[in-house]
This record gives sequence, C-alpha cells and structure tokens, in this order.
Amino acid sequence: MLDTTALESFPSLISHGINVAGEISAPPSFQLPNSNDFDGFVKETIQMVKPAKGTTTLAFIFKEGVMVAADSRASMGGYISSHSVKKIIEINPYMLGTMAGGAADCQFWHRNLGIKCRLHELANKRRISVTGASKLLANILYSYRGMGLSVGTMIAGWDETGPGLYYVDSEGGRLKGNRFSVGSGSPYAYGVLDSGYKYDMSVEEASELARRAIYHATFRDGASGGVASVYYVGPTGWKKLSGDDVGELHYHYNPVTPSTVEQEMVEAAGP
Amino acid sequence: MTKQHANWSPYDNNGGSCVAIAGSDYCVIAADTRMSTGYNILTRDYSKISHLAEKCVMASSGFQADVKALQKVLSARHLTYQHQHNKQMSCPAMAQLLSNTLYYKRFFPYYSFNVLGGLDSEGKGCVFTYDAVGSYERVGYSSQGSGSTLIMPFLDNQLKSPSPLLLPAQDAVTPLSETEAVDLVKTVFASATERDIYTGDKVEIVILNASGIHRDFMDLRKD
Repeated sequence: MLDTTALESFPSLISHGINVAGEISAPPSFQLPNSNDFDGFVKETIQMVKPAKGTTTLAFIFKEGVMVAADSRASMGGYISSHSVKKIIEINPYMLGTMAGGAADCQFWHRNLGIKCRLHELANKRRISVTGASKLLANILYSYRGMGLSVGTMIAGWDETGPGLYYVDSEGGRLKGNRFSVGSGSPYAYGVLDSGYKYDMSVEEASELARRAIYHATFRDGASGGVASVYYVGPTGWKKLSGDDVGELHYHYNPVTPSTVEQEMVEAAGP
Repeated sequence: MTKQHANWSPYDNNGGSCVAIAGSDYCVIAADTRMSTGYNILTRDYSKISHLAEKCVMASSGFQADVKALQKVLSARHLTYQHQHNKQMSCPAMAQLLSNTLYYKRFFPYYSFNVLGGLDSEGKGCVFTYDAVGSYERVGYSSQGSGSTLIMPFLDNQLKSPSPLLLPAQDAVTPLSETEAVDLVKTVFASATERDIYTGDKVEIVILNASGIHRDFMDLRKD
C-alpha cells in the first residue's frame, strides 16, 4: 500500500473529540484528480509542469571506501533552470544519496528517508545499515510504482559491514553493486569510469577518476553541466573533496598551447 | 471501447513574471501586475506577491487560482505556527514549508511557479526558487514565469556569482547596493515587457530590509 508517513503533518492538532477541521483529521492521503484516465492526466501534467531532470551521477566502491560524484545542472525541457543544484544529498553524517530524475521527487523522498533513518536510530539505539536504508527507500518507491515518480538514486554509506552502495529507482528496482552511474550522461561516465577503475586506488586517484568521468559526461551530454562535486565516504563518515566548474576543468584537461603560426603573429605584433 | 479523454482542463495559465534578488542586508521581490488568459487581459492590476511572514515574501506566476489557494494554505499554516511557537516563521523554515506543501499535491500539482524572498536569521538576503512540484534551492537571484527565459540570462550576466557548490568555497554575495538592485529590477521588467506579451502594465516591487518592508510600483507598457 502507499507509504503515507510523509503526510502525517498534523498529529498535534488532532485533539480527541474535537474536530478542528474535517480535512485535518481525515486519514492522510495524497489528493488524486477525479479523472477516468489517470495515466493520461499524469502524462499531460508532467509535460505541462516539466519537472527539472537530466543529469550525471556516479558512485563506486574501492579499497578505501566509496566515492560519489555528480554534476549540478537542472533542465526543464531545453531550458536550464539551475546550474547549482545539490545532487548529492546528505542523508546523515555517514550516508549520502544521489539525485537523478525528478528533482522534487528525489529531494522529498531523500529527506523522508533521513527522517526514517533517524527514527530507526532512536528506536534501536544503533545506526541503520546501508542495506536497511536502501530497502526503506525502495519499498516507499515501489508503493508509488506506476504513479509517475521519477527517481534514480544511489545510496552510498559506511556501516558496520564496511562500505555499501545500492542503486534504487522509482520502478521499485534495488541493486547492490560496486559501480553505478545514473542519468542522461551515464553512458559517457561509464566509459571513463570502467576503463580507469581499479579496486586498489588511493583516495586521490579515485577522486580524480570520478571528477574526470563527470567532466566527460558534461562535455557530451547537453543535460549535464555546472559544477562537478566529488564526495568521499570513509569509516568516519562522508567528506566533500572537491567542487570544480566543468568549464574550468575543460581547460585544465585540455590546456591551450598556441601553435607556431600564432606564436609568430604574437611576436610580430610586438610589445 | 477507447479511453475517454477529458474535454476540459482544470488548469489555465494567467501569465506574468516574477523576480527576486538577494543582497547582503536586503531582498528585492518583484512581479508584474498583468493577469491574462489566452490573448485576453483579465486585469492590469493584480498582485502576484504575498507577504507570508514578517521577513518572508512570495511571488508566484502561473495559474492564479492555484496561487491563491497556495497562499491561503501557507498563511493558515503560518498562523498555526505562530500559535504553537509564539514567534514568526523564519524565511528558510517557510521555504521548506512551501516545498512540502507543493509536494503534497505531487499527483495533482499547483500550477504555480514561485520565488520566495526574505531575510535569514542573520539578516542577510535570501532567495529560494521552486519548480511546480516543490524542488527548491537557495540562490542569490531568480526569476520565474512567462518572461523568465528572457530575464534570467540578463540577471546571470549582471549578477552571476560563483556557485555555492565550488570547493574551496567562494563568496557569493551580490555586490549590488539596494538602490542598484531596484534599478536592475526595473530595467529587467521594462525589457521583458518589450518581448513577452504576458508581461506588462505595472511592476510591483517589494523591498525587505532591517527597517521593514517597503512597496513600490512602476508603470510598464500597457500594449
């Protein structure tokens, strides 16, 4: 059944015996349109509303922990609605989630997941595992399957069993793995990531690989761009390693050296 | 038996543009006052700006019936908050509330494109920009609505500050003074009015700073 924990926003207002307002004390539920053709309606609204999506995110496990990287562009159709979106979401100090697909869907459900993880800690006096957290999210998304949510996320963290990485999507899929890339730029990121990956990398080598993979994806994919952020998750939690504008990274990886003809022209022009 | 499609839509687009700019100790929020439907102008004098909390102002374009409903929900929730906590909601708190309120209608969205502007707890200007289903982000400046594709590139050119995601972090405060920011907003609306049929008539400019709230109007082309 649908997960409605996100909707219980008025517990303090419901006084037993006093009906503050019919709507507030009714069982929580998402409002649905009165339509015979729900799928068609949802398709039309999504086209009209054009929620922000299009992205490149990646994460991989290596000897020292988990490396997570993402771009920062949000596109609405062909319009770039933001170049500074935080696509790596800090669920808690030792777990990260990535955002791909609908920005609102990812932001909302990751925040909800953070709340659930905190409640788990309070109820069980221990941190939740990455396995558990990803399962919580996957179950929520499965309950909304077919209703038009668009979420392609990776849950990366460090728990008692060491580094953990799961891919979770809005179809209800949940996969455990060592290397994932999600989003419209993922084919390009996979190309760089797969060819450069070694399990025995140092943190510097791994972060450089992640940065390069995001850069190459932003270069070829129109829906990716902005700032390439790289995070590292180790035994003491996550740490942001770098945030570089991909325009500047381009000239860092492809320095401009004047050709001999241009050099002569510069010299001929004189001081 | 083929599926029946609805012969009417619950939504309409009343057009209009909104802008907000955050400064070091002020925030400017502006919206035009034209309300249209199709090629018709319904009124030249409609306010798209709502004063949600003492230091928090929202401007919304899109479908004004949904905007009005959204404003009512938010002010009711703010009143409840004031009764429960004996204080006004801060701008970042209102920003989160607006995001959740929009997402609760994820499957039947408010057709409302919002910018929220105000002062944070340190007195610095803050602007939050939203999509129709609640994804939000704190930025230095933003525009939404029918003229936003015309306005945003100009604001990027004049105001673009280093991304907050860069590491090592770079200072991202808009260097403009309050009067310069207001002039920029007037220029931006005058330009948008030239090329967007849904923007025009008047622009309502609200300035929030330490001394309170100030409202100003400027005439725009009425054609």
